[in-house]
Amino acid sequence: MLSPPTTTCNMADTGVVEALLLGLEKAEDGVDSLELSSSLGVEHQVVVGAVKSLQSVGEVISAEQRSSKHWQLTEEGVEISELGSHEARVFECIPVEGLLQSELMKLPFGKIGFTKAMSNKWIRVDKTSEGGPLIFRSVQTIVDQVREKLLNVLNGKDAELEEKEKSELKKRRLLSEVTVKSYWITKGSSFSTTITKQETELTPEMIVSGNWKDNKFKPYNFEAMGVPLDCGHLHPLMKVRTQFRQIFLEMGFTEMPTNNFIESSFWNFDSLFQPQQHPARDQHDTFFLSDPALTLDFPQDYLQRVKKVHTEGGFGSQGYKYEWKVEEAQKNILRTHTTAVSARMLYKLAQQKFTPVKYFSIDRVFRNETLDATHLAEFHQIEGVVADYDLTLGDLMGVLHQFFTKLGITKLRFKPAYNPYTEPSMEVFSYHEGLEKWVEVGNSGVFRPEMLLPMGLPEDVSVIAWGLSLERPTMIKYGINNIRELVGHKVNLQMVYDGPICRLDT
Amino acid sequence: YVWILFERDLYLINSKYYKIMSDEEFDELCFQFGLELDEITSEKELISKEQNDSKAAGASDVILYKIDVPANRYDLLCLEGLVRGLQVFKNKLEAPRYVRVSPVSGQPQKLIITKETAAVRPYAVAAVLRDITFTQERYDSFIELQEKLHQNICRKRSIVAIGTHDLDTTSGPFTYTAKPPSEICFQPLNQTKEFTATELMSLYRTDSHLKHYLHIIEDKPVYPVIYDSNGIVLSMPPIINGDHTKISLKTKNVFIECTATDLTKAKVVLDTLVTMFSQYCSQPFTVEEAEVVYPDGKTCLYPELPYRKEKLSGEFVNRKIGINESTETVAQLLTRMCLLSKLTGVGDQIEVEIPPTRSDIIHACDIVEDAAIAYGFNNITRTTPRSYTVATQFPLNKLTELLRQDVAAAGFTEVLTFALCSKEDVGDKLGKKISETGAAHISNPKTAEFQVARTTLLPGLLKTIAANKKMPLPLKLFEISDVVLKDKSKDVGARNSRRFCAVYYNKSPGFEVIHGLMDRTMQLLGVKPLRGEGYHIQAAEDSIFFPGRCAEIFVDGKSVGRLGVLHPNVVTRFELTMPCSALEMDIEPFL
Repeated sequence: MLSPPTTTCNMADTGVVEALLLGLEKAEDGVDSLELSSSLGVEHQVVVGAVKSLQSVGEVISAEQRSSKHWQLTEEGVEISELGSHEARVFECIPVEGLLQSELMKLPFGKIGFTKAMSNKWIRVDKTSEGGPLIFRSVQTIVDQVREKLLNVLNGKDAELEEKEKSELKKRRLLSEVTVKSYWITKGSSFSTTITKQETELTPEMIVSGNWKDNKFKPYNFEAMGVPLDCGHLHPLMKVRTQFRQIFLEMGFTEMPTNNFIESSFWNFDSLFQPQQHPARDQHDTFFLSDPALTLDFPQDYLQRVKKVHTEGGFGSQGYKYEWKVEEAQKNILRTHTTAVSARMLYKLAQQKFTPVKYFSIDRVFRNETLDATHLAEFHQIEGVVADYDLTLGDLMGVLHQFFTKLGITKLRFKPAYNPYTEPSMEVFSYHEGLEKWVEVGNSGVFRPEMLLPMGLPEDVSVIAWGLSLERPTMIKYGINNIRELVGHKVNLQMVYDGPICRLDT
Repeated sequence: YVWILFERDLYLINSKYYKIMSDEEFDELCFQFGLELDEITSEKELISKEQNDSKAAGASDVILYKIDVPANRYDLLCLEGLVRGLQVFKNKLEAPRYVRVSPVSGQPQKLIITKETAAVRPYAVAAVLRDITFTQERYDSFIELQEKLHQNICRKRSIVAIGTHDLDTTSGPFTYTAKPPSEICFQPLNQTKEFTATELMSLYRTDSHLKHYLHIIEDKPVYPVIYDSNGIVLSMPPIINGDHTKISLKTKNVFIECTATDLTKAKVVLDTLVTMFSQYCSQPFTVEEAEVVYPDGKTCLYPELPYRKEKLSGEFVNRKIGINESTETVAQLLTRMCLLSKLTGVGDQIEVEIPPTRSDIIHACDIVEDAAIAYGFNNITRTTPRSYTVATQFPLNKLTELLRQDVAAAGFTEVLTFALCSKEDVGDKLGKKISETGAAHISNPKTAEFQVARTTLLPGLLKTIAANKKMPLPLKLFEISDVVLKDKSKDVGARNSRRFCAVYYNKSPGFEVIHGLMDRTMQLLGVKPLRGEGYHIQAAEDSIFFPGRCAEIFVDGKSVGRLGVLHPNVVTRFELTMPCSALEMDIEPFL
């Protein structure tokens, strides 16, 4: 990830660097690193080192990598280029008086050399001699063409060989064709044959002395990453929470005190006109408390009005007509929604002379549900509430439009829905450009008179409200599929470290 | 969610659609009406999804619609009701008028309730569907509606249980009584021999469907049972009907009984069943009454099929929605929602008639919603409330927001841990007795992770480290969030307490780092290092910390928290291997 400015200049062979620059000065267009290495008689790798070091000091040269096919001697080819071909060596070792064929065959090059020398008609066999066949030279001198060709290749003059000859030598396994990578080096925009020593970094001394004016500095490698900082990070869900808070505050909403996870069933359900037999109040959906198990302290006259509206109605309602039990209302639970706090706030509001209010909260709620990749037993609910005289359903839609516009969501539509404590109730859908369909983004409604009137709010006051979860938009924003990677101790800290800032409207 | 499943073609045929209605058009219609076309599927697809492809091989691939229905609209829980509701909504049909009639000859069927039922299931209602014609589809729909009602308004039969019987196989008067299980003996539905109720309870213990209902009566001394005049058992609610009176495709006259613990719901269930299926009687939408005799001798005729009248003004409806329609138009909108509405002629007054199918209409606000649905939610002009309000932050949250930013700026990373945990997390693992922690206990946790509300943030942070051991050291984490403590001074007996917790996890304990963070935090909070009017720390003992490595933080002489090097036992119990120092303090004193 991290690499300091290169310092290869020091490591490169200065002689080769100079030779390269001089060669380049003379060349019309450019030089090939491979040719240069053979003309200088150094390893190709040394020339490559010189190229790299020159590249690191700016635009002195420019080098383009290229690959070429190239003939190379095999191990056997190298041996022949040094000692001569097998057939030449056979010729050389035969004295004037001849050599027994059996003796010749004992030599390592004997067998192949004999055959080749015979076909070249350099030697002859006298099968009549006593003691076995004798071999004699049949010519005075020979030219060892095989060796000469190999030497040509070795000296980089393989162009002088015909293709046929090369393939013949290849067949004899003396030559092989290899691909060689080399550089095509040309003059750079600031080409010069002299390289001044480069400074690595600006120093305080240079600044004081003014030397920096005359110094040349090694270029930085801008391809590398910077040093990772030792820093703290905010959690993505909390970053999104901050933005939602900000949006509500921009819209003039006051924050509700939601720091009470434990709530009585009364404030969580009964005060919201949620009947006691409602499935949400089931053991399978709600966490009940064994300690502290009950709440006994309620505003008694209000409790009686709640009981009445459930049991027999009133306030214009038929009621649910069932036997409402205070024992059910007393049961303590972990709140299933922050609307329990909204109920407390609205009750409090009703005890004073009414003034219009806008409230919001973002806090934890708890559900004893089956857990999966997108559901946990606790999550954060975002809630907005407006209480004012004569609010309309159109007002609710307008407020929702403003709220979602701040989230960057402008295409909204509303679907009639059911909720025990709001009427009308609307599900909020937004058009998802990626999925090319409408997706649900929240729930909303107008609180029922059966909830508001027993609290003592004036009859012409309407209360509109909406809610959504904090986790879902966060998961979409940060591309997280499993909620456990986001919330709870199994969080992926790397994800927290790497997360961008949260701008909801972009 | 409440949902229903039906054949697409049956919907089209019953809605008298002669041209094809596309899935998109139907989806849009549902959306406007407040329904959701959840899935377009087939029996084959459903089986292969639930089981496997080989099981689905022979299944039908007739296209089915699965629709989500609002939980209070029992009148939309079968195809008959759905078609009726949507046709009226589209102005293609007038809502039928449901009428209770007396039998053409003789007395109404009688259901006599004895006082023994009071101990188990005291209410019953009944009605007769006379001269009905079933087809396979109608029959299936009739059975399915009973099942939907059982699952929803009947709360899995605990509140109401429905029994339907072939009236021609039995004769009244019927008696609804309750008897000890050993004294009830009959041949239940789809069995070939008789069982006592006691035997039935053990027989159904392994029945995948019926086993869920046994708990409703099994610990009662007496079980509910309905007999006919010959002593034949019609049903043993809420478990099973008798085999003798079971209905079939050939059944012409249906006797319906609903037994209940809640009379209101029993009446709604009965009204729903008869309003939906009287459509197939020779006199459509008429229902023959039945007489129920209560133990005190009082008699009632059912079904009630109540038509209630409400009066409201056109102006009221307009004002609540935010539209400006004439009174006539408002009345028309409501009529399209099966709420027959007329102008009374007195000002802009509208008389709205709520039919027996609409038990969900209990207040004028429900009527307003229906007018808004008929008008079209998405045709309503979006407006802005006019009142001027000034926003205020909750001071504790404001402090938390500001502090989080600066703790992160001090190099610590924020985590977010659960408010619920096991007793062990806040007890044993920290070397504390759970009874001394002041923890609030949950009575119905599904797993140990949700036994108590946390009393300290530390376990969550330590578990976060344990789950992130691969990350480079040091780990510097913090959280500012609520714990819950029992508190008798609060109405619910508990309160939240906002805490700031931080941990430093590395090869060396780094007490000086945590100490530095504490100093920095005090600086941020504007508290000076001063005994008395400022902050100081002093040695303390705590099972969480290594002896001699723990200090208590005092602000203005009051303890606000502790910091120190964690005890190796604590480190080990949280499955960690490195030394660790930690800080936890209340932030509410700094408000």
